Amino acid sequence: MAKAKEQTAVKPINTESKGAYTWHLIKQNKACYLMMLPFFALFTFFTVIPVVMSLPLGLTSFNLVQFPRYIGLTNFYSLFVNDDVFLIAIKNTLIFAIFTGPFSYVLSFILAWLINEMNPVLKVVFTFIFYAPSMTPSAYVIWQLVFSGDSYGYLNSVLMDLGIINSAKQWLTDVTYMMTVVIIVQLWMSMGAGFLALRAGFQGIDTALYEAGAIEGIQNRFQELFTITIPAMGPSLLFAAVLAISGAFTVGTVGQNLCGLPSTGYAVHTVMNHATDYGSIRYEMGYASAICFVLFVVMIVTNQVIRKVLSKYSD
Amino acid sequence: MAETAVKNPVMDSLEAENAKALKKLRKRQKRKGDIEKARVKKSKGKHINGSLAGDIAIFILLCLLGIFMVFPLYYSIVQSLKPISELFVFPPKLYVLQPTGENFSNLFKVAGNLWVPFSRYVFNSVFVTVVITIMHVFVVCCCAYCLSKCRFPGYNFLNQLIVISMLFTSTATWIMQFVIMAKMGMINTYWALILPNVATSMGLYLMRQNMSTINDAVIDAAKVDGAGAFRTCWQVVIPNQKPAIATLIIFVFQGAWNIQGGALVYKEDLKTLPTIMTQLAASGIARQGIIYASAVVLMIPPLVIFLIAQSNVMETMANSGMKD
Repeated sequence: MAKAKEQTAVKPINTESKGAYTWHLIKQNKACYLMMLPFFALFTFFTVIPVVMSLPLGLTSFNLVQFPRYIGLTNFYSLFVNDDVFLIAIKNTLIFAIFTGPFSYVLSFILAWLINEMNPVLKVVFTFIFYAPSMTPSAYVIWQLVFSGDSYGYLNSVLMDLGIINSAKQWLTDVTYMMTVVIIVQLWMSMGAGFLALRAGFQGIDTALYEAGAIEGIQNRFQELFTITIPAMGPSLLFAAVLAISGAFTVGTVGQNLCGLPSTGYAVHTVMNHATDYGSIRYEMGYASAICFVLFVVMIVTNQVIRKVLSKYSD
Repeated sequence: MAETAVKNPVMDSLEAENAKALKKLRKRQKRKGDIEKARVKKSKGKHINGSLAGDIAIFILLCLLGIFMVFPLYYSIVQSLKPISELFVFPPKLYVLQPTGENFSNLFKVAGNLWVPFSRYVFNSVFVTVVITIMHVFVVCCCAYCLSKCRFPGYNFLNQLIVISMLFTSTATWIMQFVIMAKMGMINTYWALILPNVATSMGLYLMRQNMSTINDAVIDAAKVDGAGAFRTCWQVVIPNQKPAIATLIIFVFQGAWNIQGGALVYKEDLKTLPTIMTQLAASGIARQGIIYASAVVLMIPPLVIFLIAQSNVMETMANSGMKD
């Protein structure tokens, strides 16, 4: 209050009253700020600062022990000019992003819709079945068996029995197949939070809307989907989209667990793997920060574009 | 008929149109009847704008996809129950002839010979998961209420910050978090496992989206009755948000339970179950049975929690009477 009063002497009346009004609002909502404090304190420490710090740290050489040493744009220069592996990683990340982003998004939307057409008991069962893989990362073990490289690998033995292939394929170490295998496993795990959000979105639509639609002459499920359901689902669609982007660009753990880090010929090496490599194996934190910064920028840009597109459909 | 011999195109088309209109009307009436019937049957959950054939086709499609999704989970359970003699049979069998708990008892035997008692890892995992879940739900509910229902200076900025930060999950930022925690001396404490996972923006965003659907009139009524922001949040808004909270719990529990934390905590008596299970699994082909047993042990709690919370979601959805 005192601050606002001091300003009255110098500043024009309009600004003064606005400032005083803002101060008044802040005082009025004191309880709100208090309630938000615990979240935002932790949030600042563990999300805002890490993201913001990635740029300044990216400009240094830093090994966690000595004080960061400023080296200008050297990290970024060597990333894009000298580091061939990083360029491979970018290429792989984009391929993964294209396949696991839009594809899993559409797939989870369709599945959520189809499940919503079932009766209540089946809804629960199917939601459970499709969501289960994303809850259980420990089931990797089975995929390793399925894609195992010797003739005892399940996929190999089935294909050889059927006479489709003559000799065992090295699914996890042969550069030609690795990408496909990882994409399949990634899709298998991708019915996560976004899928649940879409399911909840379908569930939350007022049934009176459907009745009204039926009276207005909607004949089948598809018409109903496009004229009633999708427009009514705006918030869930956006939420799932953001999660899809985030998931698509941070792909890496699946490849790391199935094919190892680094993978053969860097065939499934992603930007995230590259950052892990430098950050937690070589302890070159400056370089790792630079990698993270590039990743963050790409994610933000993609996000803005997608939001623009989606906001056309939801109001 | 005699008249038809005389071609009258105008009359013909009129008649045709009439017939069409009549047909349409009848169809419409029939449809209205259908809708009435559907309304009566509504308690059975019958969908109004779908056909039975469509339902069956969808069911079959979902079953096929479901088999693909559920196979690895089913198979790891089967594998974990197989005795050694069956584990290495080729071609592999999709069922188990003589189920045995041998693998599980071996798992606990191996784990019991570890430097730190196995119960310590279980305690660590449960402790970390429960603390994260409780803190997360409390902190997020408070914050989401303010972001959705209060208008205060900075409201827009904070909301946009949350939406953008949804991109930066801990998978994306963990390396940078590691730097910060190392500098703050939090590495090798429970805090390193707990704190970064409490204030995640995905849960907050989800709650905010859900709370913003609540009618303002209800909140105004609470205010008129003299409830402060905190009381309005916990006594009026939260009781109506059970489905959203159930979903929130699913997410946070699942994330917390699967925390690997190998890089954040390297003191043996602070490690969590997933870390130690991965270490056991790394011991190779000789311990096949143990690997599956540990995979099964790890995957059961999230699945159970999901099933419990999911039924809660359905139940509250059916009873939620808070619509305009």
